Amino acid sequence: MQNDKKRKLNYAQAINEAMFCAMEQDESVICFGLGVDDPKRIFGTTSGLKERFGPERVFDMPTSENAMTGVGIGASFNGIRPVMTHQRLDFFLLAMDQLVNNAAKWHYMFGGKTSVPIVIRLLIGRGWGQGPTHSQSLQSWFAHIPGLKVVMPATASDAKGLLLSSIFDNNPVIFIEHRWLHNLEGDVPAVDYRIPLGKAQRLRMGEDISIISNSYMTIEALHAIEVLLENGVNCDLIDLRTVSPIDWEMVYSSVKKTGRVLVLDTSVSTCSVASEIVARVSMECFNDLKCAPARLALDDCPTPTSSALTKKFYMGAEDIIVSVGKMLGKKIDISKISMQKAFPHDVPGDWFKGPF
Amino acid sequence: MVEETIARRYSEWKMRCPTHLCTGQEAVAAAVGQVLKKDDFVLSTHRAHGHYLSKGGNLSGMIAEIYGKETGCSRGKGGSMHLIDLDVNFMGSTAIVGGTIPLGVGLGLSIKLKKTDQISCVFFGDAAVEEGVFYESVNFAVLKKLPVLFICENNFYSVYSPLKVRQPEGREIYKLAQAIGCQSEQGDGNNVLEMYNKVSSAVNSMRNGGGPYFFEFKTYRWREHCGHNYDNDLGYRTQEEYNFWKERDPVSIFETFLIKESVITKNEINKIEINIQNELDLAFKFAEDSDFPKDDEAFKDIYAK
Repeated sequence: MQNDKKRKLNYAQAINEAMFCAMEQDESVICFGLGVDDPKRIFGTTSGLKERFGPERVFDMPTSENAMTGVGIGASFNGIRPVMTHQRLDFFLLAMDQLVNNAAKWHYMFGGKTSVPIVIRLLIGRGWGQGPTHSQSLQSWFAHIPGLKVVMPATASDAKGLLLSSIFDNNPVIFIEHRWLHNLEGDVPAVDYRIPLGKAQRLRMGEDISIISNSYMTIEALHAIEVLLENGVNCDLIDLRTVSPIDWEMVYSSVKKTGRVLVLDTSVSTCSVASEIVARVSMECFNDLKCAPARLALDDCPTPTSSALTKKFYMGAEDIIVSVGKMLGKKIDISKISMQKAFPHDVPGDWFKGPF
Repeated sequence: MVEETIARRYSEWKMRCPTHLCTGQEAVAAAVGQVLKKDDFVLSTHRAHGHYLSKGGNLSGMIAEIYGKETGCSRGKGGSMHLIDLDVNFMGSTAIVGGTIPLGVGLGLSIKLKKTDQISCVFFGDAAVEEGVFYESVNFAVLKKLPVLFICENNFYSVYSPLKVRQPEGREIYKLAQAIGCQSEQGDGNNVLEMYNKVSSAVNSMRNGGGPYFFEFKTYRWREHCGHNYDNDLGYRTQEEYNFWKERDPVSIFETFLIKESVITKNEINKIEINIQNELDLAFKFAEDSDFPKDDEAFKDIYAK
C-alpha cells in the first residue's frame, strides 16, 4: 500500500484500470460504445480491454444512441452490468427517452422488484473550438431525474474509485468525465478500492469561505486556493464527487462553519447543480450566512467556437479569486496567476493539441 | 373474459388508472404465449394484459395492480400499463411507444452472452415502427444475430390516428423489417393456429442460432383506445369496418373450429369458461380485499440497494 500511494496514473489511465479491475472480477461487466475498440480507444480509457476480454464483452456499436442505451438496460435485467461510453455528452441526448423513461423508472415503477445496473460514461469537451454541440455540461438534466445517480470525478484517484463503485452499484449511473481532466496525474492505488457514491470530499480545510465544486472546476479551485492562501484567505473546498445524490450533510456543515459559500459548476448557470446548492444552502443555512451565496458558472449561452470567443466564456481560477475577494471585501492581486499561464487559454496544457 | 370483466367493472371507478383493453386482439398473445417457454423473456406495451397472461403472469397480481393495491404485481407503482411478473420472465411493460423494443434486444444480447437457448420476445403495435428506436433496435439484433422475436400487432390505429395518415398506403410493415435484413413474415392476427405454427417454426430456428425474427399480425381493437367503452360514435372508424372485424372474432372462430374438428365439445368450453370466471372472481376479490400501499410508500424504491 505504501508504494501504491506514490503510484502516479493520469485520469484516463485510472478509468482504464477501473475497467480492467471490474471486468476481471465480474464477467457480467461488458463495455460498449462508439470507438471503444478503435485505434484511439476513447482517449486511452478503453485500451487493451478488447484484447483481454474479447469482442463479445467489448464492442463498438451502431450509431444508435437511443436503442443501444435500451439494449444496455435490457441486458441489465438479466444480470449483465453494461458500461456504455460516449465520446461527448452531447451525442447521448438522443438517448434521453431510454434513460429517463426506462432506466430511471424501472426499479420504482415495478415496485422495487428489479433494477438497472448500468453505467453511462459521458465526456464533456472543452477548448480547441469544441463549440455548441461538443462541450455541453448537462449534469443538471440528469440530476433532475429521480432514480439516476450522477457522478463527476475531479481527480485520477476518484475516477478509479468512483467508476468501480458505479459499475457495482445497482442503479443507473451517469458518469461524467471532463475532457480536460484526462491527462491530469494523481496518486492511484493499484488495488480495487471503492469510493462511495453520494459522499463529497473535503480537499482543503479553511474557515473563511466554503467553495463547493465538481469535476474540472475543482482543479481551477485548487489553483485559486493557493493564491488565496498566500493572501491570508483560508478556503474550505468541498468536491461533490457525486452531483446526484448530493452530500448535503457535508455541504451544510461546511457552510455553517464558514458562513460564506461560492458554488462552482462547469455548466451554464440557470437551473444548474450550482443553482440547487445555492437554493438549498439559503434555505437550510440562512442564519449562518454572513453574505449572499454566490455562483460561478457559465453565462446562459451556447458555447462559442472561435478561441477569440471562448476567452471570456469559461470561468477559471482568476474568476474564483475575484469572487472570493468580493465576498470577503478584500482586493487580491491576480497578476501572479495570469503570469503562470504560459499556454493558450483554449487548451488545458501543452499536451493538448486537439482535435477533440 | 378478463378484459370484458374489467370493462364491465371499470365504471365502479375502483380501477383508477389508464387501462387499454385488448379485446379482439387476444389471438396474437395466445399463440405466441403457447410457443414460448417459461424462461423465455417477454416485454410489452401499454396494452399488455393479454401478453402478461399468456406468458403465465399472475392474474390476481395484475388485477390488484390495476386496483392500485400493495399486492399488485408492481406494488401499486405501475398500474395497468406497467405490469411485471419475474416468476415467468415477463420483464415489464411500459407506455412509451416503442420503448421496450431495445430492451428486448438487450435481453437478446444477454442470452447470447450467457449462452442459453432462451428467446426474448417483444410485443409492440403498428405505431412503434414509426419510431426511430425500432430501426436502431432491429438493426442491432440482425447485426449480432440475437434471439429476438419481434411481434408487431397491427391494429391499424394509434389512438385515433389511422394507419393511412401515418404510413404510406400499400407499404407493408413486415417489409420494413425485411429491408433491415431481419427474417420477416406477415400473418392473420385473428387466426391463432396459423400464428402458432408460423411462430413455432421461427422460434425453433431461433433457438438454434438462426437470428431474430419479425412478425406482423393484423388484428383489431374492439373497444376504445383507452378505457372500457366502445367509441365508434366518435367517427374515426366506420361501423362497417368494425363489424367486419367483429365477425372475425378470434375466440369464437377458434371455438367453432375446435368443435368442428372434435377437439373439444361445447360443454367442455362452458366448463373452461366457468373455471376462468371463478378464477377471475377470486382475483377481483383478492384485489378488493387487499390493502392500499401506505402513503409514504410513494417515496420509497427510488434507488435500488
